[in-house]
Amino acid sequence: MIALHDVHKTFGSNPVLRGVTLEIASGTSMVIIGGSGTGKSVTLKCILGLVTPDKGTITLDGQDVTKVEREAFLARFGMLFQGAALFDSLPVWQNVAFRLLRGRLRKPRAEAREIAIEKLRRVGLTPDQADKFPAELSGGMQKRVGLARAICAEPEIIFFDEPTTGLDPIMAGVINDLIREIVTEMGVTAMTITHDMSSVRAIADDVAMLHDGVIKWNGPVSDMDNSGDPHLEQFIHGRAEGPIEAVR
Amino acid sequence: MNAVETALAGIGRSALQVLAVLGRVTLFSLHSFSHMVRPPFYPREFGAALLQIGWLSLPVVGLTAIFTGGALALQIYSGGARFNAEAVVPQIVAIGMVRELGPVLVGLMIAARVTSSIAAEIATMKVTEQIDALTTLSTHPMKYLVAPRVLAALITVPLLVGVGDIIGIMGGYTVATRNLGFNTAAYLQNTVSFLEARDIISSLVKGAFFGVIAAIMGCYYGMRSGRGAQGVGSATKGSVQSAAILILAANFVLTGVFFTQ
Repeated sequence: MIALHDVHKTFGSNPVLRGVTLEIASGTSMVIIGGSGTGKSVTLKCILGLVTPDKGTITLDGQDVTKVEREAFLARFGMLFQGAALFDSLPVWQNVAFRLLRGRLRKPRAEAREIAIEKLRRVGLTPDQADKFPAELSGGMQKRVGLARAICAEPEIIFFDEPTTGLDPIMAGVINDLIREIVTEMGVTAMTITHDMSSVRAIADDVAMLHDGVIKWNGPVSDMDNSGDPHLEQFIHGRAEGPIEAVR
Repeated sequence: MNAVETALAGIGRSALQVLAVLGRVTLFSLHSFSHMVRPPFYPREFGAALLQIGWLSLPVVGLTAIFTGGALALQIYSGGARFNAEAVVPQIVAIGMVRELGPVLVGLMIAARVTSSIAAEIATMKVTEQIDALTTLSTHPMKYLVAPRVLAALITVPLLVGVGDIIGIMGGYTVATRNLGFNTAAYLQNTVSFLEARDIISSLVKGAFFGVIAAIMGCYYGMRSGRGAQGVGSATKGSVQSAAILILAANFVLTGVFFTQ
């Protein structure tokens, strides 16, 4: 289980997280929603140790994430970045198999390539994409490669940062379905941040809404439409009027 | 606060900022060196950096050196003629290229070509979250991106300086023997007999320092890049400016160390 307790983070004079408290049970798919700039990505980066919180604790299976051995800790995670964050200088298969080509999960090159091609197939890409460079792929294909990289080393926990941003609705649907399938099939704990409501409905078991640096609502996705929370209702219906200011 | 106090406060603030940057660069350099000697090592990235910094810089270094050597021979011949010292062309070209122009010009060309490229590449990786991706893939960015480049520059730039020195001397030789009437064998004899081991060692040591400065500045500015295209542009500009200034400052200090009795 991932547990955040009273996590604060301020950048300069801008307090982004003002006391985030949230628990994500093992094997569930949690989606964090919220407007742009509300701290969703910062929350995720705090868990991974990419950003250090000013205050509060984050634990993974009861262990403080700041006190664990970094490489072993990170080896439990896979992550799909918003822009895929593929390494331009490496061909697709080496991006996917990055973890398998170095470090403690290192495998022989031929075996790593085979696994990468199998993962590419899993996300709907043909083996002939393996030797291309990321710049030769469309945005949707890059996202799939990013997804293949996230699952390549069979992680226990996968983070998805805005997985459908910048994609057309059909490709967004394809990515949502892939994420749902992979999360169910691998039995992983998933944490997705998005403001795309179709992603929420396709991916989530549980939903948390982040606003003003705190979790405003948290519950099963089935309760989302009848939450009674004005912030959540305004957000899921995309209304300009309500407690969330349209101009932030 | 009167005008004098305001001016002094401004100077104080600027001095503190400069000291803060120096401190950050020093810490970054120490981190880079510590990652160079501690595993894991990334031989493929090191090989790519050797190729990029060393081999692919050869044309620009060679062209810079040959034209500089040729121009130097013409200048010394023309200037020397004012006091009947035209015959010193081989010695002055050799000493000028090996002690000063070779290392400094190669250093500046490396700053232009390699520092800018490293800074732009790493800054782009930062703004597109590739650096964060590296971390989540259990790979330390300092080890994977910085250490191989700094080590490659430390090894290849002295070699480039050596090659630049030779090509520069040959540029002077070509101009002197073809246009200025110097005897080919005598020119080479004068060049070889005039140079001392200290000249060559100083040239190569300068190359090593300049290579490290060029690579560290590229990596430092790339890793600290701001967001967006403007961030990448500022990082690239800052890296080249700083590398060029530090190379010239280091050249002054090293010249003092090697040649002040």
